[in-house]
Amino acid sequence: MPLDRNGITRRAARELQDGFYVNLGIGMPTLVANHVPDGMTVWLQSENGLLGMGAFPTEEEVDADLINAGKQTVTGVSGHSFFSSAESFEMIRGGHIDLAILGAMEVSQEGDIANWMIPGKMVKGMGGAMDLVAGVRRVIVTMEHTNKRGDPKIIPACTLPLTGLACIDMIITDLCVMEMDPDRRRFRVTELAPEVTAEEIRAKTTAEILFADDLRTIDA
Amino acid sequence: MPDKIYSSPTEALDGLARDGIMVAVGGFGLCGIPEQLIIALRDSAVRNLTAVSNNAGVDGWGLGLLLETGQIRKMVSSYVGENAEFERQFMAGELEVEFNPQGTLAERMRAGGAGIPAFFTKTGVGTAVAEGKETRDFEGETFVMERGIRTDLSLVKAWKADRAGNLMYRKTARNFNPMAASCGAHTIAEVEEIVDIGTLDPDHIHTPGIFVDRIVKTIPEKRIEQRTTRS
Repeated sequence: MPLDRNGITRRAARELQDGFYVNLGIGMPTLVANHVPDGMTVWLQSENGLLGMGAFPTEEEVDADLINAGKQTVTGVSGHSFFSSAESFEMIRGGHIDLAILGAMEVSQEGDIANWMIPGKMVKGMGGAMDLVAGVRRVIVTMEHTNKRGDPKIIPACTLPLTGLACIDMIITDLCVMEMDPDRRRFRVTELAPEVTAEEIRAKTTAEILFADDLRTIDA
Repeated sequence: MPDKIYSSPTEALDGLARDGIMVAVGGFGLCGIPEQLIIALRDSAVRNLTAVSNNAGVDGWGLGLLLETGQIRKMVSSYVGENAEFERQFMAGELEVEFNPQGTLAERMRAGGAGIPAFFTKTGVGTAVAEGKETRDFEGETFVMERGIRTDLSLVKAWKADRAGNLMYRKTARNFNPMAASCGAHTIAEVEEIVDIGTLDPDHIHTPGIFVDRIVKTIPEKRIEQRTTRS
């Protein structure tokens, strides 16, 4: 039984640690914020210049000067701070952010990622994606295992323009969890979604991948 | 001391807005944009501008106003998703666009303002962004060289200014404004309040007045792009 977006992001939230500084990408990764365990402090960084991002505001709290990187009105948690874009990317590019969770169109078997443009379609720009994958200490991709046509997204080499080279440490999909083996430069499947088999993963993945000896079921 | 205060955005632009110049514009999305200076720049009818700005506004607001009139020849940006007129001109080849990773853009402006002509970064190595650029290895990792940006004119939005041009920003409206202020040969700040010298706490000044040539007080609309609320 594949995980839904809630299940994928609940599993991703288990990678959080108390006191972590985390950047969540636009789309599915933002749902990770809903699954931070009680009693754990996680500082969410928004690259437009906010550390300690909180919930959406109430109607009365809406402030045009307080938005997130998705240009949505937000609030700050107690202890939040504001800073310039240069300082924001000092945090990101200087390796000060513990974890980034992003979406992807394609991930290669060596951990390259493509998530910013499709040739022939309108190019909107990479925003902060290239900075995040190059600079953040640990980068996790959350995505559907295959695209809308059912084609694999975890493939030998990216066909779309790259966002970054050899930068993805973990992939969490609706079907499985895989972690990069730094010595063999290949992902190793460590957990499967309930009722999903290793054969199904092989059939839906064209990248060369490894399987853990002790494959577990995702607890999400 | 020369008076930095101008009575209107149009007066503030007088003598500085010219055809063919490069203009840095602060803001992220519609947050912290010098909206009234942009309107005055449109009304000045200068053309062939190169605009350095993280985003390109939306249809009918922000830099979208200058796109509608065809006054911008080239955009240097990181993300431009929300503008149909931009898309039309870009697809028709009428508008040149140079995409920069957001952190690279911020650092290029910071570097330019700091007199640093170039720097090396890991961001973009192995991607289209690094094509044709010098790379160098430091401590076993590859970095790409990016150039500092200096502009002819910078337009910024701040919350408060004093008469010396010291600026304070408000919340996430700071974003690219401090770097825009420093990278311009001339910088104009649009602010919500102008106070007497000595009124702002020196410890709370974000952009010292040395970076600011002209100040104009406006009543901004502060449009919101994505109004998201909880009940």
